[in-house]
Amino acid sequence: MSGTDSVTLSEGAGSMVNHPVKLAVKNLDFFYGQTRALKGINLSLYKNIVTAFIGPSGCGKSTLLRVLNRMYDLYPAQRATGEVLLDGQNVLDPKLDLNLLRARVGMVFQKPTPFPMTIYDNIAFGIKLYEKLPKSEMDGRVEQALKGAALWNEVKDKLNASGLSLSGGQQQRLCIARTVAIKPEVILFDEPCSALDPISTAKVEELIDELKSQYTIAIVTHNMQQAARVSQFTAFMYLGDLVEFDETNKIFTKPSKKQTQEYITGRFG
Amino acid sequence: MNPIYASRRRKDIIIRGLCVAAAAFGIGWLTLILGSLLWNGLSSLGLNVFTQMTPPPGVKDGGLLNAIVGSLIMTVIGVAIGAPLGMFAGTYLAEYGRHDKLSSVIRFINDILLSAPSIIIGLFIYGAVVVPMGGFSAFAGSLALAVIVIPVVVRTTEDMLALVPTALREAASALGLPRAYVITRIAYKAARAGLITGILLATARVAGETAPLLFTALSNQFWSVDLTKTMANLPVTINNFVNNPDPNWKSLAWAGALLITLSVLTLNIVARYVGAERTPK
Repeated sequence: MSGTDSVTLSEGAGSMVNHPVKLAVKNLDFFYGQTRALKGINLSLYKNIVTAFIGPSGCGKSTLLRVLNRMYDLYPAQRATGEVLLDGQNVLDPKLDLNLLRARVGMVFQKPTPFPMTIYDNIAFGIKLYEKLPKSEMDGRVEQALKGAALWNEVKDKLNASGLSLSGGQQQRLCIARTVAIKPEVILFDEPCSALDPISTAKVEELIDELKSQYTIAIVTHNMQQAARVSQFTAFMYLGDLVEFDETNKIFTKPSKKQTQEYITGRFG
Repeated sequence: MNPIYASRRRKDIIIRGLCVAAAAFGIGWLTLILGSLLWNGLSSLGLNVFTQMTPPPGVKDGGLLNAIVGSLIMTVIGVAIGAPLGMFAGTYLAEYGRHDKLSSVIRFINDILLSAPSIIIGLFIYGAVVVPMGGFSAFAGSLALAVIVIPVVVRTTEDMLALVPTALREAASALGLPRAYVITRIAYKAARAGLITGILLATARVAGETAPLLFTALSNQFWSVDLTKTMANLPVTINNFVNNPDPNWKSLAWAGALLITLSVLTLNIVARYVGAERTPK
């Protein structure tokens, strides 16, 4: 699959839509000190498509996600070799401006991480890094971001309350709003629902489905039903290898590898 | 009763008894000290303490005004110099240098400095500042206090920043925030209460220091706010007055001791209050 420049999927009513490659991972190896955590990964994230990374704990799916925005750069003794091409530009290039990369490739984490400031400032804070807007325009952008994350109706009357006063599910949507507000091109979700109750989970999943019309999305999840519900492509990883990467339908109905089948049917992992 | 259980019960009673006795012993002496301080201090504390200068020996009147103002000036300057240095160094240890080898060296040296006797710091400033500058000065006294403030603030800053969850730093970095912003706008904000508490406690620590001032600011019997001259201050004044048979000096020493104790107590209470208003997680 990784050799192709685009994929064509049917999107209901028999219409076929072409999705070009947004982000291509080529021969990626990753090391924690001496330990090789990713082994020659090749896969592509397609534009306006949700790609799920699944696999048992320690398989490298979160590691892979953290390579895509160079999050690992915060820590010493972690390094990646190979290529990660974002619109053809190598993300692993040491000369690349990391802050600009992260503005293009946003990330939402496992635990909600609102900043210790008001709900309004949580959103405005990120925007102010890149744009100087008059107050009225900023208000509009904050509203737009909160609406985009399906949180506006719940917080519109308390924008000056602390972001920490919200419930876990609301906090997670606030983090999504914060990410969306700076207009990234790719959004990475690292187990975004593992700390949430089922209702909040449903809301976040719905949100991811809406967001894909504007962004390219990758999601790491432990929950296979979730992968099946939200993604169009799925990568199954095991012990640092990419075992199988294909359309989600295919992975969950007729996987080509025995390991994949055993994992999705719950025989191991 | 089951003999094994009975013996456990006996042990429990003995250990508890020892703990209570030790606590009572410690608190008992402390209460006596504070009690006599209150008793003697309050009876000496009058308006004159705050309005008159330190008296020459044998004179009936007099107060501590020059010493109080001198202490305030030197403490404020000492903290103003020491706290930012300590915060930057602590920030290096907790953020930029978290994984560096240099950090463990700095941390080790800082711990030594933290427990160094304050008289050594006084002597150091005496050699490094007082002698080259040709005389005792309030500025040298402030520097000595700053040297004491630094390790305290380094330690609290590092500890408080270490409590800020990594996830918060990652989230801020993921928005494309430069490192300095992640630290000053997010980590400092999350650790704000702890950072302020650290500075307040460092202030309380130096407010009562005598030894470092003996060799640096010395003392002054008269009103002086000139930083290049000797300056009166509460700890050294108490030290001088208490060793003198003049009853008026003795009573002023009590009043000064009470003032220092009360201000340290106030700083501690404020520090607790600030520390407690940490944002709920």
